Amino acid sequence: MKRAFPILAVLTAALLAYGTYQALVVAPTERTMGDVQRIFYYHVPSAWTAFCLFFVNLVASIAYLIRKNPKADALAVSSAEVGVVFCTVVLITGPIWARPVWGIWWTWDVRLTSTLVLWLIYVSYLVLRRFSDSAQTPVLAAVLAIFGALDVPLVYFSIWFFRTQHPQPVIGGGGSLDPRMLHIFLLNLFTFSCFGAMVCWWRYRLEWLQREVDEAQALESLMGEDGPGVSARAGARLGKISASKISGKPGPQ
Amino acid sequence: MSSLRSITFATLTKDIRLEWRSKDALNSMLFFSLLVVVIFSFSFDPNAEESREIAGGLIWVAFLFSAVVALNQTWARELRNQVLDAYRVSPAPAAALFLAKALGNFVLVSLLEALMVPLFVVFYNLRALGPAWQLIPVALLGTWALVVNGTFFAAMSIRTRSREIMLPLLLFPISIPAVQAMVEATRILLAGDGSARFWIVLLLTYDVVFTTACLALFETILQAE
Repeated sequence: MKRAFPILAVLTAALLAYGTYQALVVAPTERTMGDVQRIFYYHVPSAWTAFCLFFVNLVASIAYLIRKNPKADALAVSSAEVGVVFCTVVLITGPIWARPVWGIWWTWDVRLTSTLVLWLIYVSYLVLRRFSDSAQTPVLAAVLAIFGALDVPLVYFSIWFFRTQHPQPVIGGGGSLDPRMLHIFLLNLFTFSCFGAMVCWWRYRLEWLQREVDEAQALESLMGEDGPGVSARAGARLGKISASKISGKPGPQ
Repeated sequence: MSSLRSITFATLTKDIRLEWRSKDALNSMLFFSLLVVVIFSFSFDPNAEESREIAGGLIWVAFLFSAVVALNQTWARELRNQVLDAYRVSPAPAAALFLAKALGNFVLVSLLEALMVPLFVVFYNLRALGPAWQLIPVALLGTWALVVNGTFFAAMSIRTRSREIMLPLLLFPISIPAVQAMVEATRILLAGDGSARFWIVLLLTYDVVFTTACLALFETILQAE
């Protein structure tokens, strides 16, 4: 798996370059909106990737609560971080597009608002992880992820109803898409999914390595303080040294 | 079931008695929301028509901020003398402890609301144009919505550094739909502008969903080590 990463990374980079070229040069210019419509090829794929990553975070959080597998927790934190980055891209590109097309930067439309609330929930998730550095953090974070997921449909309904009462500018939907545009859009959707998966994968590896380093350092400091007997026991607890090895060695018990 | 009820009741009466003797949380909440009311009325200075439109938002934002004051104290008391650890090793169901704490906060925040609402009415010259009795279910459901998640997240935030800051950071994003429902329902009832039924149903759904989630997951939070 580890060796496949450089190859896949190069492939993703090539796809990204090709997708960008297609979106900026090859795709036909939209009749009413003009060139600003090309943001659509990044905006929507980023949103899709962010939502997928948040879903991965939810699944990993539930898996962590059931199995207590630290790998699930590492996946949860990396998917949330990368998801927040993609969601930020969505929230920035959206107003850039909305200003010339709608004439306003922001409207409390159902999709905009629920994306913003989702972003807020996941930022609070990351803040919790940052402010809590004990062994309980993974459990607390996993529980918060479940609460956030429960909140999303409620947010959606509340804003959907709010909006039907207060008419807002209509989002671009409804019309049909030129087949060439659709083709390039789907290409970019695929590309961004690959990109998101690659970044998340690499972040996951980094997180895992960080934890191994922390563990090794904790072990080392234990060895330095209390001599080999304690360190052997600590090592056994961390699963580094098997129980049979310890019983073979003469140690002060 | 009877043990759940008796343990809940015992913890609840203990908390209420403690609060009644010290009145720490209630006094600070009352003064805090009084300050919010005064500052808001200086910054907006509305006439009767406008105040009907904005009063829902002002009232609930004031109560939301003051509730955080009480919620932060919920578990801090149990950290002294390792009371929380004693709870952890005791055979009492975790749900009973949570329910008692949430109900205690509910009583406290409801009391605050009962004392503050007359003040709001006086300061903002409020007179409801819609069916005013519906404000009672809105207040009860809305208070429970704030308090149930607030009690839960307070239990989470005592495990973190800078716990006083952590609670609003966790609570506010999750509470957005509930706050929106309370504010909209109150605005509709005050201005007599249609029916508030959707918002009351939404609040009820929010309460049911999150009460279930809190009761199901509190054991996990309490025992997290």
